[in-house]
Amino acid sequence: MIRYLQAIVSRAVLLSLLLAVTGCGDRPNDPYPENESAQRTLYSGFAERPKHLDPARAYSADEYQIIAQIYEPLFQYAYLKRPYQLEPLTAAGMPDIIYRDRQGRVLPDNAAEADIATTDYVLTIRPGILYQPHPALAKDGSGAFLYHHLDENRQGDLAGLADFPVHGTRELKAEDYLYQIKRLVHPALHSPVAELMKEHIVGLKTLAEQLERSYAQQGKGFLDLRAYPLEGVEVLGDYQFRIRLAGKYPQFRFWLAMPFFAPMPWEADVFYAQPLLLARNISLDWFPLGTGPYQLTENNPNRRMVLERNPHHHEEFYPSEGEPGDEARGYLRDQGTRLPIIDRVVMSLEKETIPYWNKFLQGYYDFSGLASDNFDQAVQFSGQGSAELTPEMQARGIQLETAVATSLFYLGFNMQDPVVGGLDEAHCRLRQAISIAIDYEEFISIFMNGRGVAAQGILPPGIFGYQEGEAGINRYVYDWQAGRLRRKSIEEARQLMRAAGYPDGVDQQTGQPLVLYLDTTARGPDDKSLLNWYRKQFARLGIQLVIRATDYNQFQQKMSNGNAQIYQWGWNADYPDPENFFFLLYGPNAKKTHGGENASNYVSPEFDHWFEAMRNMDDGPSRIAIIERLQSMIRHDAPWVFGFHPRHFTLHHQWYQNIKPNLMANNELKYQRIDAGLRASLQKRWNQPHYLPVLLLFLLALGIVMAGVYAYRRRLEATAL
Amino acid sequence: MIVLFWTDSLFFLLLFAAAIVLWRARQDEHLVRPLRKVTHSRSAMVSAVLLLAYLLVAVLDSIHFTGGEQGAGAFRNEPVSVLDWLLTPLRIHVEKTYSAPFACDALSREMIADATGQMLWGLPRLQFACSHLEHPEATAAADIASRSLQGLLLGGLAGLLLAAPLWGWRGSREWLGPGWLAVILTVVGLGLIAGWLAALAPFYHVLGTDKVGMDVLYQSLKSIRTGLMIGTLTTLVTLPLALLLGTLAGYFRGWVDDVIQYVYTTLNSIPGVLLIAASILLTQVYMGRHEAEYASLGWRADLRLLFLCLILGLTSWTGLCRLLRAETLKLREMEYVQAARALGVGHLMILRRHILPNLMHLVLISVALDFSSLVLAEAVLSYVNIGVDPTTESWGNMINSARLEMAREPVVWWSLAGAFGFMFVLVLAANLLADAVRDAFDPRRAE
Amino acid sequence: MMTYLVRRMLYALPLLVGVNILTFMLFFVVNTPEDMARMHLGQKHVTPEAIQQWTHERGYDQPLFFNGGEAGSKVLTETVFYQKSVGLFLFRFGRSDAGRDIKADIRQRMWPSLAIAVPSLVIGLLVNISAALLLIFFRLTWMEFWGSALCVALMSVSSLFYIIGGQYLLGRLWQLAPISGYADGMEAFRFLLLPVLLSVVAGIGSGARWYRALFLEEVERDYVRTARAKGLSEAAALFRHVLRNAMIPILTGVVVILPLLFIGSLITESFFAIPGLGSYTIDAIGQQDFAVVRAMVFLGSVLYILGLLLTDISYTLVDPRVRLE
Repeated sequence: MIRYLQAIVSRAVLLSLLLAVTGCGDRPNDPYPENESAQRTLYSGFAERPKHLDPARAYSADEYQIIAQIYEPLFQYAYLKRPYQLEPLTAAGMPDIIYRDRQGRVLPDNAAEADIATTDYVLTIRPGILYQPHPALAKDGSGAFLYHHLDENRQGDLAGLADFPVHGTRELKAEDYLYQIKRLVHPALHSPVAELMKEHIVGLKTLAEQLERSYAQQGKGFLDLRAYPLEGVEVLGDYQFRIRLAGKYPQFRFWLAMPFFAPMPWEADVFYAQPLLLARNISLDWFPLGTGPYQLTENNPNRRMVLERNPHHHEEFYPSEGEPGDEARGYLRDQGTRLPIIDRVVMSLEKETIPYWNKFLQGYYDFSGLASDNFDQAVQFSGQGSAELTPEMQARGIQLETAVATSLFYLGFNMQDPVVGGLDEAHCRLRQAISIAIDYEEFISIFMNGRGVAAQGILPPGIFGYQEGEAGINRYVYDWQAGRLRRKSIEEARQLMRAAGYPDGVDQQTGQPLVLYLDTTARGPDDKSLLNWYRKQFARLGIQLVIRATDYNQFQQKMSNGNAQIYQWGWNADYPDPENFFFLLYGPNAKKTHGGENASNYVSPEFDHWFEAMRNMDDGPSRIAIIERLQSMIRHDAPWVFGFHPRHFTLHHQWYQNIKPNLMANNELKYQRIDAGLRASLQKRWNQPHYLPVLLLFLLALGIVMAGVYAYRRRLEATAL
Repeated sequence: MIVLFWTDSLFFLLLFAAAIVLWRARQDEHLVRPLRKVTHSRSAMVSAVLLLAYLLVAVLDSIHFTGGEQGAGAFRNEPVSVLDWLLTPLRIHVEKTYSAPFACDALSREMIADATGQMLWGLPRLQFACSHLEHPEATAAADIASRSLQGLLLGGLAGLLLAAPLWGWRGSREWLGPGWLAVILTVVGLGLIAGWLAALAPFYHVLGTDKVGMDVLYQSLKSIRTGLMIGTLTTLVTLPLALLLGTLAGYFRGWVDDVIQYVYTTLNSIPGVLLIAASILLTQVYMGRHEAEYASLGWRADLRLLFLCLILGLTSWTGLCRLLRAETLKLREMEYVQAARALGVGHLMILRRHILPNLMHLVLISVALDFSSLVLAEAVLSYVNIGVDPTTESWGNMINSARLEMAREPVVWWSLAGAFGFMFVLVLAANLLADAVRDAFDPRRAE
Repeated sequence: MMTYLVRRMLYALPLLVGVNILTFMLFFVVNTPEDMARMHLGQKHVTPEAIQQWTHERGYDQPLFFNGGEAGSKVLTETVFYQKSVGLFLFRFGRSDAGRDIKADIRQRMWPSLAIAVPSLVIGLLVNISAALLLIFFRLTWMEFWGSALCVALMSVSSLFYIIGGQYLLGRLWQLAPISGYADGMEAFRFLLLPVLLSVVAGIGSGARWYRALFLEEVERDYVRTARAKGLSEAAALFRHVLRNAMIPILTGVVVILPLLFIGSLITESFFAIPGLGSYTIDAIGQQDFAVVRAMVFLGSVLYILGLLLTDISYTLVDPRVRLE
């Protein structure tokens, strides 16, 4: 018996040892190294690793979330001001814009568009801006670069930039901007904006052809872009340069605020072109080099990425003015503080939403989006229909920010289709009837927990030209009654169907019921009810909807061949200008014939004419008038059923401050604040481990073993007898 | 109008073939004796009854027809199964979103109008559950109790009626061991459960509702067919391949053996996930090219299920093949086979007469064992999004969408519990039966 | 022995060629090079020229298996298949279609996979063998009956339930372990605890039953009876004779899966956000990154064949009667 007791005691010791090891620190479930969260660190996650961090290639929101903190274009969107407004970032001021005619003579600012042959942007940058510390910029005593000719054999274990002992820096020069513009047409980079920019920047197309030839001859490796001239960009000194555009293109100022036009030192390309580094996945695509408030010090895209304060970051202060009411909401508390405020950002890979949400509730993530599964747990709608947090969330001090996204999800008709396409009145009526029948208010309440706004036209709120209230409603689908928006009744839609030649959904000419086809990419289990919902909407008009769910490849192919009839799609604004939406319906952009973004293949000469007039106009009342005209044209023609603009809900803990949703700016991180002390104490309160169940389980197991021993003894005695 | 999906026809074909094989096996003493031994095991017999009950549900769910439907417009031509028809109240009682088992109110609050027309933030009444009650908060418990009692009584009675002939049938068959009493009890038990569910399910959501308001019990029952299809249709590929190639390789040896070994080693060394993913994508491509035939969701989902079964078969025949090859290698050296060959009996005859019958027990055991692992595999595949169509009811899809619900407060456990319970019973029964079959054929455990 | 090994190596070649042909065929039936280009180039502003340039740059614009436009041996060599698979046989995996070096990625991701797989295997083995020994030890008592029943019940539960339930109980309700995540070095212990525990628990059912069957076979042999008759205690008989003789099947069962431990577990790794190799292939299929798919399939086959080879060799080591010819 003593032996058994010994065994039990030794096991108990083992267990307590185990608990002691796991319980190192007072919170065994802390997913970060001990006491790390007491620092001014922001914790967030990413579901999928970003594909590119090279500013010439990155284009998606999750990529911008990282590189916008590292690279600095010339301009940025003011963090607090609304409507969205550009302000200088590395530039000394807003650009000088000079219009010239064909002979190169300077034209006045109000010159007619037809007279303008080229536009010059003269840009001046602030002196004294330094790059982040980086081995590519490191020099030895004699001024030679230390790491531009790495010895294949000498470098031992090279995992990241931290393995280079010396990091250097240098001042930002105007030529770095020129270098990056050239990189946009580097044949190996496949920059998504290359084609677009070739049309606008003088000489970029020629440069692209030259580079392609040289690159084919030279093969892989470093292609020295400095040796190739670019006609349209001229460096006027260390801190000034000029970009010449063909014609007039006012939207260019927005592009200058995107990472595509962030400066890039040529040293980076030389450094990263070394095969030794390429074989270790150390490339510009993974280890950026910028002037921004943060630098990426750790990048394991399968686990975590760490941003740390750039010690060389230029002086920059929290803004002291915003929109009215910002003062009261506490957005101005930090005015005049040196940016960035947060020292470090740790982004961990979190593929699953459950762990993310649970960790957010435990206080280990500082903010969280809101999946529809957690929605009712977190948010409730008050009497006036506005969203507020549930008492449970409020008790934890969690806060909610909402903002309507500058994007649009829509149902498009293929205008080349014989059944639903066509610009004659009958076909327009058919599409209008369908627009009424698809009740997007219901859609938003069923499938999006009310997180969206039904669209009245192509422009989302926040974009120049968007009209609120009665002035902005889609008269073909909605009525304005008693100060409220009201969708037209299904009876009116049926009348339109009769007028279109399909009474009760039956084709008058053939006597056959109308069958339409919706192309979509079905993904999850929830899609079944979604597709059924669509069929129900069409069935209200007597139309039989056949759903052709395909995978992404097939869908893309169908769209580019123009084989779809009705399709689901969306668009997210690149910049806050109406041109960025209306161009989706511009005839020369038709997808089938020109491979452009006009997937509906909508070609209306009148629309095209007014679009051309609107696109390069400066903002003002006359532009609004044309926008209204365009809106009413497409509302009547109805090439799309304007679906909805999603509304983003973000939850954050009380210790995470200065959060003002800004859908245009991506570099908002530098303005935000973390109260680490508050976080540490709340984390401790929320994460008390429960050892009791484990102990009980252990006792249960012990009991079973004892019982077994007893049974064995009994058996031995029985056989012994 | 009867509609035959691909999987329906193949399933019935398979059942038919199994019936024929069983009928023929009646004459095989060396198969019959061990099978009789199985009837002595109580757990095996209970499992067999449970499996038969599952099979019944799957069969009912595999007879599809159109026309009996009172849906509007686009839904008129959607085929429904006999099971759907039987479960009509469960199928059409679709609430708005989550509700707990036996609840009369929704799970989460929303804006509702009270009796006076005042808007307030509260728990809305469910549209269908408890709709027969005037004041559910006061009377629901009593109503549930009285209906349960009724259901149990009627169900028990039905179970007894069903069990009585079974008991009588036993009379003359002495070899039916003590397992038979367990069979009777299981049948009565199933009757009780079925009666209870039949009495309550039309008025309450016995297992609650899921995110889009579908009855979880209905989904769990519908998933039975998917699970059984995956577990059984796969054998349509594995058995012919494994039997043919395994015996050929073992019997002829030489280059035939080399080729066959090459084929299965190649197949085995490609990760199964890749093959399955590729075949699922392949189905999508195929359906994309034949859009006209696959316009309805039902046909698309069915083709995907079929392809999944086929590809699972293609990845899992190798194990059995290797086993049969080894056994054939052993058998061909047996004296009676040698003698037959010396007498000039043809290869085909030897394979058919002497080799094949002696492999049947291996086939039986392996089919029984594979069944449960396939049912479990379906859940994992659905998680990686390469399982059955997202619109098909299956336990994998239920788990996949329900796993997010564990993060909710209050926890929505019933979807997960429904899938867990139904799946667990099926797999457990299959495992227990497979165990009993294996033990029965084990020569070292002969009487 | 040497000649045997060389022969097996040569035998592996046609196998790998077959695997490659199948991989290439399946991948390109499902995806066209244009699809791949579109997937990699993103959604906005993609022009046909950019797509063409992308496929040309990566050599996907050649015919798949047979190039009718060329003469001589170039008919076969100027093809996607030849160009892309020769490198594989030299273990030069090159760069993924997204531009990352595949070998470096594998090197980086295989350690977390191993950190989960090796403890799971070792602890699982110990636990399963102990459980099986206990079952044998207490055979013909109520312990054996209920123990076996528990095993069957445990193995009838889908592995997803273990993970979901474990995360909920230990991570969320009792707050004893991080719900997910990973760290290097000693810190990794806290993160590995839960996934390793769960994969051990999930494996007990089938594992213990399997080893029990092995032991049962040995226990009924004559030499064990003799040993017991000589007065050896039950425990000593089990440990000295049964366990030792059952080592052969145990060992061969383990050796076969050893090489594949690198590949990791898809489900565990994605639930616990472990940065391992588990999801590398499936992610690559989703992103249509053919370079990664073919490299990983090739690697998987090599490891599988290696496992078979190791099994053969381990036979000779454990049992001197077996000889490789």
